Amino acid sequence: MLKVEAVIQPAKLDAVKQALIEIGIEGMTILEARGHGRQKGHSEFYRGREYTIDLLPKVKIEMVVADDMREKTIQAILGAARTGHIGDGKIFVSRVDDAIRIRNDERGENAI
Amino acid sequence: MWSRRIQLLLLPLFLAFPAMALAVAPALGPSSPATQAQIAALQQAVQNAQTSGDNAWMLISAALVLLMTAPGLTLFYGGLVRRKNILGTMMQSFAMMGIVTVVWALVGYSLAFGQGNGFIGGFEHAFLRGVGLAPNPNYGGTIPEQTFMIYQLMFAIITPALITGAFAERVKFSSMAIFLTLWSLLVYCPMAHMVWGVGGILNVAGGRWPVFDFAGGTVVHITSGISALVCCLYLGKRAGYPEEDMPPHSMVLSFIGAGMLWFGWFGFNAGSALSAGPLATSAFVNTQFAAAAAAIGWVAAEWIQNGKPTALGAISGAVAGLATITQASGFVQPMAALLIGLIAGIVCSFMVFEAKKFFGYDDSLDAFGVHGVGGTMGALLTGLLASGSINAIFGKDAAGKPLPTGAIDGNWHQVANQAVGMGVGWSLAIVGTLLLLFVVDKTMGLRVSAADEAAGLDLSQHGEEGYDFNG
Repeated sequence: MLKVEAVIQPAKLDAVKQALIEIGIEGMTILEARGHGRQKGHSEFYRGREYTIDLLPKVKIEMVVADDMREKTIQAILGAARTGHIGDGKIFVSRVDDAIRIRNDERGENAI
Repeated sequence: MWSRRIQLLLLPLFLAFPAMALAVAPALGPSSPATQAQIAALQQAVQNAQTSGDNAWMLISAALVLLMTAPGLTLFYGGLVRRKNILGTMMQSFAMMGIVTVVWALVGYSLAFGQGNGFIGGFEHAFLRGVGLAPNPNYGGTIPEQTFMIYQLMFAIITPALITGAFAERVKFSSMAIFLTLWSLLVYCPMAHMVWGVGGILNVAGGRWPVFDFAGGTVVHITSGISALVCCLYLGKRAGYPEEDMPPHSMVLSFIGAGMLWFGWFGFNAGSALSAGPLATSAFVNTQFAAAAAAIGWVAAEWIQNGKPTALGAISGAVAGLATITQASGFVQPMAALLIGLIAGIVCSFMVFEAKKFFGYDDSLDAFGVHGVGGTMGALLTGLLASGSINAIFGKDAAGKPLPTGAIDGNWHQVANQAVGMGVGWSLAIVGTLLLLFVVDKTMGLRVSAADEAAGLDLSQHGEEGYDFNG
């Protein structure tokens, strides 16, 4: 089992969700996040003082998928989230030890 | 046939005689007791009608001024601080609503508007003795004195509440409450007495230096604004200021609060006419014009300087205009109000952008920059632009023409009087505030601990959180 974490632009959330559902992934967790990579922030002005906002709003999607879904999942996210500009985000893939369904204690790939 | 025509011609003549007799009727002579009683009853009815119109307006105005404190100021200030301090900030203003009301009822009104001497009223109206429903001819002759008292109370509430902007996010609730209560007795009551109380040395009617202060530019904005400066200098900056960014956590709340301040200010200024007559209209119109011109002035200055017009700039400008026009509201022509507003927007924005950065003081919510500076400018501009055509405050001459009031009428001396009032306001605010800060700080400690400041006032002072996003 693999955990796929994607940090994306908030405006792309609907498109990415839709793309994931279309390839059969129904379980995911969405978090509101702030962050940046190489993308520079912007300035805001309050009573003449300049504030540099470098923690930009992002959305993080986390999902656990079967090993054989790895490339399909990555391609779905890339296709839906990419704009071609700095700030598009990143995808991280890691190994998961186990997954357990709380309702009935199912374990392993049956649980995801 | 001829006799008929002659009769017809003579008929109007016969009718004219009684008509002429009535037209040149002699003046009313002594009439019957029944007529006199009826006249008295009619006079009373006219008086009642006038009172009912004036009292209705004044009661609404009192409510409007209270609206300025809560939710006006609570939202305006609340949105400008960091999220962890929103309740603490709101509580500071709300505390004034509770405490100042009681203090005013017990002794405050008496100290401000009692007879006393030139500087402070006496205790003859302590516990509101003698302050009933009959009008006091010195304080709004057509409204019950309790209406006047409750209206003035709302001013006494908001004045200390304004000061809280200077020491936002870093003062203990208990010490703040004691400090501001004492301030209202030691600084606000004497100032109100000197300018508005019978026998006050700055009272426009009979004072040694008659000061035009229609709704409290000196009594409210100068005292609170200068005190605010003293407080922020004494207490020092917030931890992390100015390196750490501390932007407003909710411009939305501040925007709503500013709208309520603007709305409520009609009660603050137009209600200071103490009647529903044309002077109230003047003050109402001037209030609107100054607020609008100032908002435009501030936004224009900031647009040129920083490249974008901000929401915070717009609402700050409007408040600056409202603070500046307060003193002049019932004395100047509408076009003068536009000018006053424009000046307020530009000068106050400069104070907040440049002067604050230059001197480095942490007047967190710009209580000095907006109210102190606005009030001071308003005091002097009133002396320049007051016109007898709006408010014949010095009476009229034998021909019925208003006597000169401000410089624009030719009375340049009034500017000197305004300067005296301004000087007294500044001095009383500085001395009184320093004294009280010292006393309260040494006995109770004013600033919160570093840990409490980091945790935020909501948690450290009140054990609450303003927002519970997980609830």
